[in-house]
Amino acid sequence: MFNALQGWLSIFLWDWLAILMTLVLQVVIVVLPIMIAVAFLTLAERKVIGFMQVRMGPNRVGPNGILQPFADALKLIMKEFVRPQQSNLYLFIIAPVLALAPVVAAWAVIPFGEGAVVSDINVGVMYVLAVSSIVVYGVIIAGWASNSKYAFLGALRASAQKVSYEIAMGFALVTVLMVAGSMNLTEIVHGQQGGFWNWYWIPLLPMLAVYFISGLAETNRTPFDVVEGEAEIVAGFHVEYSSMGFGVFMLAEYAMMVLISFMTAIMFLGGWYSPFENIPVLDPLTAWIPGFIWLFLKVAFLLFLFLWFRATFPRYRYDQLMRLGWKVLIPLTIVWVFVVGVMHYFSIGPWFN
Amino acid sequence: MTFEQLIFYILAAIAVISSLMMISVNNPVKAALWLVLAFIATAGVWITAQAEFLGIVLILVYAGAVMVLFLFVVMMLDINLVKLKEGFIRYLPIGVLAALGIFALMYMVLGPNNFGMDVTGEPVRFDANHSNTTMIGLALYTVHVYAFILAAVLLLVGIVAAIALTIRRRPPHEVKYQNIDKQVKTQARDRFEMIKMQPVKEKPVENKKEEDE
Amino acid sequence: MNFVIPDFTPAVPEMVLLALASFILIADTFWSERYKYATYYATQASLVIVGLLILFSFTSETAVTFNESFVRDAFADVLKLFIILVSIGVFLFSKEYLQNHDFYKGEFFTLGLFAILGMFVMVSAYNFITLFVGLEIMSLAMYAMIAMQRDSAKATEAAMKYFVLGALATGLLLYGLSMIYGATGTLTIPEVKAVIEAGKANSTVLAFGVVFIVIGLGFKLGAVPFHMWVPDVYDGAPTAVTLFIAAAPKIAAFAIVYRLLVDGMPGLVVDWQQLLIIMAILSMVIGTVIALAQTNFKRLLAYSGIAHIGFLLLGFIAATPEGYSAAMFYVLVYAITSVAAFGMILALGRKGMEFDQIKDFAGLNKRNPWLAAMMLIIMFSMAGVPPFIGFYAKLVVLEEVIAAGFTWLAIIGVVTAIAGAFYYLRVIKVMYFDAPEQDTPLPASTRELSVGVSVYSLSLLVLGIMPAWLMAVAYNSLLM
Repeated sequence: MFNALQGWLSIFLWDWLAILMTLVLQVVIVVLPIMIAVAFLTLAERKVIGFMQVRMGPNRVGPNGILQPFADALKLIMKEFVRPQQSNLYLFIIAPVLALAPVVAAWAVIPFGEGAVVSDINVGVMYVLAVSSIVVYGVIIAGWASNSKYAFLGALRASAQKVSYEIAMGFALVTVLMVAGSMNLTEIVHGQQGGFWNWYWIPLLPMLAVYFISGLAETNRTPFDVVEGEAEIVAGFHVEYSSMGFGVFMLAEYAMMVLISFMTAIMFLGGWYSPFENIPVLDPLTAWIPGFIWLFLKVAFLLFLFLWFRATFPRYRYDQLMRLGWKVLIPLTIVWVFVVGVMHYFSIGPWFN
Repeated sequence: MTFEQLIFYILAAIAVISSLMMISVNNPVKAALWLVLAFIATAGVWITAQAEFLGIVLILVYAGAVMVLFLFVVMMLDINLVKLKEGFIRYLPIGVLAALGIFALMYMVLGPNNFGMDVTGEPVRFDANHSNTTMIGLALYTVHVYAFILAAVLLLVGIVAAIALTIRRRPPHEVKYQNIDKQVKTQARDRFEMIKMQPVKEKPVENKKEEDE
Repeated sequence: MNFVIPDFTPAVPEMVLLALASFILIADTFWSERYKYATYYATQASLVIVGLLILFSFTSETAVTFNESFVRDAFADVLKLFIILVSIGVFLFSKEYLQNHDFYKGEFFTLGLFAILGMFVMVSAYNFITLFVGLEIMSLAMYAMIAMQRDSAKATEAAMKYFVLGALATGLLLYGLSMIYGATGTLTIPEVKAVIEAGKANSTVLAFGVVFIVIGLGFKLGAVPFHMWVPDVYDGAPTAVTLFIAAAPKIAAFAIVYRLLVDGMPGLVVDWQQLLIIMAILSMVIGTVIALAQTNFKRLLAYSGIAHIGFLLLGFIAATPEGYSAAMFYVLVYAITSVAAFGMILALGRKGMEFDQIKDFAGLNKRNPWLAAMMLIIMFSMAGVPPFIGFYAKLVVLEEVIAAGFTWLAIIGVVTAIAGAFYYLRVIKVMYFDAPEQDTPLPASTRELSVGVSVYSLSLLVLGIMPAWLMAVAYNSLLM
């Protein structure tokens, strides 16, 4: 479809302009729904936590509070943008952008269904990992440019935490690559075809846990939100941000949550394949449901886990957090690399072909 | 100009400009950030040369991990910027002269007359499905396996060296260390003990004071 | 792609050394609290094991494996055996010193083992990548060993100097290697040789590559004008580490010079010969002249080491197989001699008393006649006085240089050797004719050290009386 559009455009435009316009169009088609999803995720968070704490949650704006995110966004936009006096102007403004831009860029390789992907590159997994490793700069620069001790402490915590958990995350992905034999996300999903027992969560169950826990740490969500630990360092790296600067950080955090959920669903939970595949009665009954609905359901469940953890767990102490990352998760992933190697050698189960 | 060339020139320009900024900017934190930008632009250039694995590894390892730790250290240093600035202008002409000399030399030796397209021939262009990762993997684990293992030994030596130089274990009577395993495994009964004792009548205050002294 | 599993047998000594080093690294954390010297004895034992392995699998045949990145020939085996021989002495002498200076740590020995592994890799390198990685393994371990005495500002400064200049040298070497790679299109040393000899490579690029490589090697060898780091590092580093960096790495550096210039680029002999001539003359002259003015014994040995490197390069300048063997003979003799010399400092040193000034040796004959006699042997050997082995080392090198037609170079060599004898003899004069500050007897700090130093020193005499054996080893390993 986009190739046709590009061909048509290049009839009366320069080649590079046609390519650029098509690319921008694709980006808008992917990013816009995600931003809307992020907006409603904030609403869902408040509703879910409210429900767990036997409260109503937001219920004033629109029917049942459904328009609350837009009210929040409007409020943030209308607020004054305050810049601390001794702060570093350019870096202070660039920081939120650096936090959001990589998260958005990562969506370029995420497949939403069979062939529904902006750029189906060979090294998709690596790309997501690399791009999301840039996110930490947003946090560090924000903390440093604010010229505030609280923000700075938050930034230091963030840099150490994210770099540590990225290792565990990377190793967890290595096991996925070993099972799938490809770094292309579409190929990884294809490898899980044929019923939920073919999905990679069975041979890689510990890695699913490691990946998701590291994902919590990467997004600074409870129980790993020491970066913004309000009891100790007020709000951490974004304490000096107001207005849309703060809003963009929030946007980045929630977009990252959605991204981690998508990645988990794609790599461990069969992507867009139905869980009822190859089950006698249920398969024909649910055959009419399109693949992306299944993917979205899986993602929605994982996002619910994020919110559930937030409502349930207390915050980790910082040294314990580091210990969990370095002394528990990383050794576990390294051991599992060898376990997967053995499974691969003996071709155990339906996962290796 | 094709779209590919446009991308290449943009990335190359970013790489060159940010490298120049990196060495000329005064603030070390900003210098590190410019270096990150240079890494990212270089990674882009590599990717346009169909070395997508290397490009992404460059971002992942250098921009994503090494430079973060580097920034971590640099941010905590209190560097006197005025002192660093001193002599920059004074030595600039010599520096520029040396740089130009080396550039001229490099151009003579490594320039297009020795390594140009007409000497080395046009590089092979692979189709979109070609996996750079597979090729690197095959080379690393077969032809260069010995060097690959040695590189691992080198990293191990680096770790041992870093730890040997920085870890400072002070005797336990000076510093109290946490034993986190013990802390995590602690149960309520380790902390509380119910003791049966006979009720004792508290002594009057004056007597107690004397006793303390 | 058809891939043949490489033949691992030639690399067994390296593999065993790596396994033992890794084992000691882990085991050290468990046993260091209870058994203080366990790591030390395990290190010595593993060196002996590896040495015996090499000795018993010694063949004069050349085995190349790992896709032409590893070579094992008589040359490599002999050098490896001598690296082990020297390193055993280094660790033997270091133990007491580390103890006295409060940095006895297991990591010293494990890093030492890894450095030796790096040297093995360098000696056996048949490929630019492995050569470079081996060099890095060795250097990195040494930087850390120098800095290990953390509370000493001098040691830290020495480590920084060594690290910065070492990194620069590595960069230059790598730059040169990449130019050679660019010109020849191959990383394997014999293929580089073939391409150069076939005349298919661009001569401008090759010439610049050789210049950069020789500069990089000059840094690593410590030849003038790339010698600035040598005295500061020798002086600043803890003596135990100085002993290590002064002895074994020179053998490994000799090996990579041989592999790169002789094995890899015999076709460019005209290019590198000229560079080496300049470096050799400067090293011999400047090393000797500055050594005359030293009062610190470690700095004196550093400058004398620079002068010795000049002599070593003479063997390469001759550019004949006999010349290379003479250089090999020279480097082996130099390594043993410097272990003995630095070992002497360690043997006489005490807690709080470094014994690294020349005046410390005053009247040593009255305080400890046996060790004074040993010192006499060492100094005579370094000066090149017959019948000690150092004489034959100088003799064969000069012979080969004359045979290759560089008589004027040999004359400079002889002149500097005679001038150099002055400062060695000064130490002897101080020992035998100067009045001691104290008359108290000065035994070696442990019996082990006394015996060890005596063995290494006496070997200089024994080898000097029967030089044919060591010479035969050096000649046969290259000429067969």
